[in-house]
Amino acid sequence: MSLVLIFFYVFGFLAIASAAFMLATKNVLYAAFGLLVTLLSLAAIFVLLFADFVAITQLMVYVGGVLVLILFGVMLSNQVQGRAVQSESVNGISGALVAGILFGGLAYLILSADYLYLEGINVADAAPVNTKSSIIAIGIRLITNFALPFEVASLILLIALMGAAYISTEDKHE
Amino acid sequence: MLALILCIVFLLLLVIVTAYAERKVAAFIQDRVGPTETGPHGILQSVMDVVKLLQKEDIIPSAADKRLFALAPIVMFAAVLAGFAVIPITPSAIASGAYLGVFYLLAIISLDVIGLLMAGWGSNNKYAVLGAMRSVGQIVSYEIPAGLAVLSVVMICQSLDLQEISFQQGILMNQFAGLEQEVNYLFGLKALNLDVTNVGGITTWNIVRMPFLFIAFIIYFISSLAECNRAPFDIPEAESELVAGFHVEYSGFRFAALFLAEYSMMVLVSLVAVVLFLGSWNTPLPNIGSVQLASWTTGTPGALTGHLWGAFWLLSKTVLLLYTQIWIRWTYPRLRVDQLMHLCWKVFTPIMLALVLLAGLWRLWMI
Repeated sequence: MSLVLIFFYVFGFLAIASAAFMLATKNVLYAAFGLLVTLLSLAAIFVLLFADFVAITQLMVYVGGVLVLILFGVMLSNQVQGRAVQSESVNGISGALVAGILFGGLAYLILSADYLYLEGINVADAAPVNTKSSIIAIGIRLITNFALPFEVASLILLIALMGAAYISTEDKHE
Repeated sequence: MLALILCIVFLLLLVIVTAYAERKVAAFIQDRVGPTETGPHGILQSVMDVVKLLQKEDIIPSAADKRLFALAPIVMFAAVLAGFAVIPITPSAIASGAYLGVFYLLAIISLDVIGLLMAGWGSNNKYAVLGAMRSVGQIVSYEIPAGLAVLSVVMICQSLDLQEISFQQGILMNQFAGLEQEVNYLFGLKALNLDVTNVGGITTWNIVRMPFLFIAFIIYFISSLAECNRAPFDIPEAESELVAGFHVEYSGFRFAALFLAEYSMMVLVSLVAVVLFLGSWNTPLPNIGSVQLASWTTGTPGALTGHLWGAFWLLSKTVLLLYTQIWIRWTYPRLRVDQLMHLCWKVFTPIMLALVLLAGLWRLWMI
């Protein structure tokens, strides 16, 4: 087994274990820190798959942005009650059933799809090793083939920002 | 592995020296003499402080969240230390030649925030939580002007690789793979037609290649003060209000680790400022005709002279910035929270947005 493969399994195991911990723990703050380990392991897996840009974006957006906001939210709402917020697990059986069906369906789909016949898969296999980084290809694609989705995404983010600013503004007239 | 050990030893040394400098400079600014007893001129003071901290009892408050409390200093120091991996020290020495170095740095610093929240929350102390909240609010806000300042440099240099950015700012530029045919013009303007590729020195630093980057540098430097919780942005640690902020409950070795993380952060942001704006490991002296000042003070890359000169220039510029940080701390009073946010959102962010636009325009004039 090559070193890369060993690391892949180590980080894969870490991601799954921390995700399981996140679901099992009753302490919301611990769950958030479990999520931190999951996100970091996922970033490591992206690096092992030659997706360096995606890995760092994952850190930037999820760890630096989303997770900090989650922690902030938990801390602020926790202070009010004066004791640790507990997360209860409810609907155990139906939840497990839905998760099992979803997992089975996805596994069936993935196993029955034959990726080796996909056009360009063999080219894609060798390509990232020869270039310095995936960012050059991503950048060129973003302003050519995928310019429209890129712009739409930025518009949606802008609208969300304006909505948040509007909601959080106190109404001075009342 | 060797790079990691070297980096930690170097950091410990630099942090001890900075801690001593902090006290001595503070003393001179306030017309005192500072530490004098331990060693000549008190130079062993911070070494003794470390020894004292290491032998103190490791106190964990009984009501604290023990796991988070114990983990926080490690997370904070690990996050800062990881940032050093992509900093080029000399033309041929860099721990990790990651192509996305700048982007990685911006992302990894956000892990520091998580450590801060862990420390603040784990302490189970109202001052610690308040300090952590203030600190995170401030760091997250100031990441935006700092990030935009970094972005304007990236737009001028067309690279996220810190080593490539370093090579672009000196006479060795054409020796970097991929930059063989590049030409540096004075102020970056091709229209001036003054080729300074072989003049080097200060004429090829980023703040001269695109003069408006000097404004970006100032904004980056001020924002980095806020990111390190340094004065005048030290409201997270305001002694008169919060005792000591997020690290109020820490003592002994854990406090030493937090202290180390904070000072390493100071060193890291100064190093990044030097690499991005002040010519990295390049000499400030230009070649003037037959007086080859730049060539004499650059050495041969890869050889011992190249390493020594590179490390010397990088570190002396960094030490200058560190001194400025200390100097500012003992000169300016602390900002109020609303003044802090006003400065970030209503002054720095609009200026930086305009500068990013200007950097894009300037890049068009450079080629």
